[in-house]
Amino acid sequence: MDDDVLVTIETDVDLVRARAEARAVAERLGFSRMDGTLIATAVSELGRNIVVHVGAGEIVVRPARQDDRCGVIVIARDSGPGIQDVEAALRDGYATGNGLGLGLPGARRIMDEFEIESGNGSGTTVKAVKWRMRDELERLRDRR
Amino acid sequence: MAIPILKQGPWLIASIQSALSDSEILALRDDLADMVGRLRARGIVIDVGGVDVIDSFVARSLRTIAMTTRLRGAETVIVGIQPDVAVAMVQFQLDLEPLHTALDLEEGLEVLKSQTNGAPDHGR
Repeated sequence: MDDDVLVTIETDVDLVRARAEARAVAERLGFSRMDGTLIATAVSELGRNIVVHVGAGEIVVRPARQDDRCGVIVIARDSGPGIQDVEAALRDGYATGNGLGLGLPGARRIMDEFEIESGNGSGTTVKAVKWRMRDELERLRDRR
Repeated sequence: MAIPILKQGPWLIASIQSALSDSEILALRDDLADMVGRLRARGIVIDVGGVDVIDSFVARSLRTIAMTTRLRGAETVIVGIQPDVAVAMVQFQLDLEPLHTALDLEEGLEVLKSQTNGAPDHGR
């Protein structure tokens, strides 16, 4: 899809760009600044996991439309060794790297949908979606 | 890009004006730990008004800064957390405890003054 934005993640500096791109997509879709910040925060955590645990990967930010709502899909992909215990990784305080284990569970709380695919040797893909009700948008637009 | 740190009397003021990479915030941590001793500062205000997100790494780094500099004898106050950033932190369930926060630079300096009130002045 030509609306996709892809950011290659190799260093912590790439996280800054990934956050800005995600925010820009959210703004284009009419998300509020608040929601843009929520999405950018989730992108930051997912991107940092790539930098810290794998060293290279990518983040794709994709507009989504479904029935009466539109949303932002964030996909974080890497081809690293994978997450050994996905359920544990989603628990607060489960840390394998240098962190406190707050990143993934926090990102999941921020987003409406959140799934992790991590298999043997096939790397890790995290897909997260934030929805925005369209009627809510229209109501806001009318108010302006 | 290094984050500018200004000295104003016994206070250090670090003002973050734009989105921050992880390495920039670590550099800020090291600069502040060093400057607290070198400039004999008793308090630090970190203005995060320009920060685009406060995620788990940034929150942890700010806590580390506060605890490190406290060991060096200075209190830290975080000011300028934007409303959208504050909402995201709450939803994320991040908190900055045991950090002090205030609305803006002026309020932050007031907090520092009351925090360090009554502490012996070593002629700084």
